[in-house]
Amino acid sequence: MTVTTAPPVVAFALTEEQKLLVDMVRDVLKDRATSERVREVMLGDDGFDEVLWTELANLGLTGLTVPEQYGGAGSTFTELSLVFEELGRRLAPVPLLSSVVLGAEAVLAAGSDEQKAAILPGVAAGTTRLALAHLDPAGRLTADPDVRAVRDGDAWVLDGTAGFVVDGRTATHLVTAAVGPDGLELFVVAGDAAGIERTDLEVLDLTRPMAGVVYSGVRVADADRLSGGDAVAALHRALEAGVVAIACEQAGGTQETLKTTTAYARDRVQFGRSIGSFQAIKHRLAEMLVASESSRSAAYHAARILAADEREELAIAAPLAKSYCSEIYEQATGHGIQIFGGIGFTWEHDAHLYFKRAKSTKLLLGDPKHHRALLGEALGL
Amino acid sequence: MATDERKLVDGQIEALFASHPPADTPEREFWGAQFDHGLAWVQHAEGFGGLGVSPRWQGEVDRRINEAGGSTRNRYLNVLGIGMGAGTIMAHGTDEHQKRFLRPMFACEEIWCQLFSEPGAGSDLAALATSAKQEGDTWIVNGQKVWTTLGHLAKWGLLVTRTDPDLPKHAGLTYFIVDMEADGVDVRPLYQITGEAEFNEVYFTDTPIPDDLRVGEVGQGWAVAMTTLMNERVAIGGGVSPRGSGSISLAVGAWEKLHGQDGDPVQRDQLLSYWAEAEAMRLTTLRAKEAAKQGTPGPEGSTAKLHWADLNKAITSFTMDLMGPEGMTYPGGYEFTRPDQTSNRGTSAHKAFLRSRANSIEGGTSEIMKNILGERVLGLPGEPRVDKNIPWREVPRS
Repeated sequence: MTVTTAPPVVAFALTEEQKLLVDMVRDVLKDRATSERVREVMLGDDGFDEVLWTELANLGLTGLTVPEQYGGAGSTFTELSLVFEELGRRLAPVPLLSSVVLGAEAVLAAGSDEQKAAILPGVAAGTTRLALAHLDPAGRLTADPDVRAVRDGDAWVLDGTAGFVVDGRTATHLVTAAVGPDGLELFVVAGDAAGIERTDLEVLDLTRPMAGVVYSGVRVADADRLSGGDAVAALHRALEAGVVAIACEQAGGTQETLKTTTAYARDRVQFGRSIGSFQAIKHRLAEMLVASESSRSAAYHAARILAADEREELAIAAPLAKSYCSEIYEQATGHGIQIFGGIGFTWEHDAHLYFKRAKSTKLLLGDPKHHRALLGEALGL
Repeated sequence: MATDERKLVDGQIEALFASHPPADTPEREFWGAQFDHGLAWVQHAEGFGGLGVSPRWQGEVDRRINEAGGSTRNRYLNVLGIGMGAGTIMAHGTDEHQKRFLRPMFACEEIWCQLFSEPGAGSDLAALATSAKQEGDTWIVNGQKVWTTLGHLAKWGLLVTRTDPDLPKHAGLTYFIVDMEADGVDVRPLYQITGEAEFNEVYFTDTPIPDDLRVGEVGQGWAVAMTTLMNERVAIGGGVSPRGSGSISLAVGAWEKLHGQDGDPVQRDQLLSYWAEAEAMRLTTLRAKEAAKQGTPGPEGSTAKLHWADLNKAITSFTMDLMGPEGMTYPGGYEFTRPDQTSNRGTSAHKAFLRSRANSIEGGTSEIMKNILGERVLGLPGEPRVDKNIPWREVPRS
């Protein structure tokens, strides 16, 4: 049977505070996440923009969704989703997804009070940067990851390899999914712990680094095994939040692509006319507008449902947003390159950065087909 | 101000319900009383079916009538009149027009149709050729209109004619109200690909229209026609359809009936892709409604028609594919009927498949919608025009 109950109603409109938040983030990114700066970081060795990250932390943005008792602002995911939309517009290379969403949500869901008190204030301050190491070396999400955890007195010993860890090389701590005697466990492992070898993957999207992490006899205290909740459920929660954050980022990137491409179509003259006056171009942009507006709706809805903690609806809204926004972002950036023409194919132009981000995020945390299968399960189809 | 308006509207609703219990009063009698209480088009002035308040109260009025067991289906039965004609008559009609036409229109005692499109003037409405020539106090009309919804039931028509072929095409038009029972009016059913005739062709042969049924000045027909088109659906407080309704429900129904959990994984993925897109589009209409209510409408309010038309075609076609051999049938056969009201709903998947082909043509083709989005929302320049500032007579026509 399909789900026929009406979905919870959430308002799309932003509050005055939320509008101020958007303005603030835009202001910072306008100065700090310029094309020159993004390129400098993506081609450098730092792995993320430390200057911008510090500024975001100073503005409290790294602690937006961290509860107040752990040093954060205790805002909802709606606020954080607005930040992701803006970061998506600028492709700002900062570890907000890896640390504040994937890592922190896992800790929030699976950590004990002491563990949360130990870890989350650093996350909120931006000084702790978490990364979630939960995939097998081939990047597959499996109930049986490659990393194994064996008990050794008061400690655990981890062996194996985690692949495709977003911001894995630069994270201060790796929230590592490993299989122990009682099933899946989550360990918070220092990034520079003895026996850890982290290697950047050669990634398609240089603005979002990923690493392979090899664990060779890595000793972790039992106190660093998250012990306040079920690891599988916590991982699920973290990934669901991650999926929604990516969808918002994609909606931002789609809007930016439409904006820059439209501006170019207005300015570029061929055959004595602005190319945007040709229906071949105009109609494609109109189609992009239609899709962009619906991708915004899907992403905003999912963010608000996550904020409201409507778990049943989230099982529909999150995979819907991830699958739809992924497809639309990829289409839009593809159209973008075509409309920019030759210049759109050059390295110097930014179109390829968005195109690569689109393809990469489409495949990150489950491709559209995977998410449509989840949607089908939620709907009973 | 808003509370004063609420008091006024509430008071009129109560008075109406007291004198004419919605569930027990015959429809037409109720609609007439609704008009007399200023609750037909609340934004109209008093005496003209309104109370002079914000049109946003209309949704509240209609909701209360429905809740009380009354009917608001006159808005569909006489959609061209109530939805489009009334606003035009209020904006451009004479006092006599307003007094004579509005009440019987609202009570569905007189049905209205719209006579704009012609075989040679579809997307390019201003190219229309139906002529009206003045002879004393009378205009003599000759020409052909097409796609006339409710034409076979209508008493009155909203007619745009060409009164001066020597002026540029937008300038030579004049707008009339035409009596569909007058001499020389021939209404013929226009059967469409579903076998039904929702629409008509209307032929005018030396049809006389008295000058006092002219709406607006001679040569102002284009401006009046734009008012008609802009009034489309303003009066209908149309809600957002529920999740999973419309064509996607036909696709889901076909899937569940014929495939279920064992279905083809490729088709399942396609079904869910359409489901996701239909829901994203529905959420966009919700978002647009909310923004419009707050007085901050954005681009999300302009994309629905185009998105819906193209998606609806895709989903209804996919539904036929899901049905396999059954998609080669047409249950009930092609019945050459003339339905009483426009309706896209409550129909078989087969008919929906065929009917949906019109979605990207009627009410602005998808190509024209893309021009509008491109030019008005995205700010792109228009195509160069070859029909501007030259007499209509000299504009090439097919």
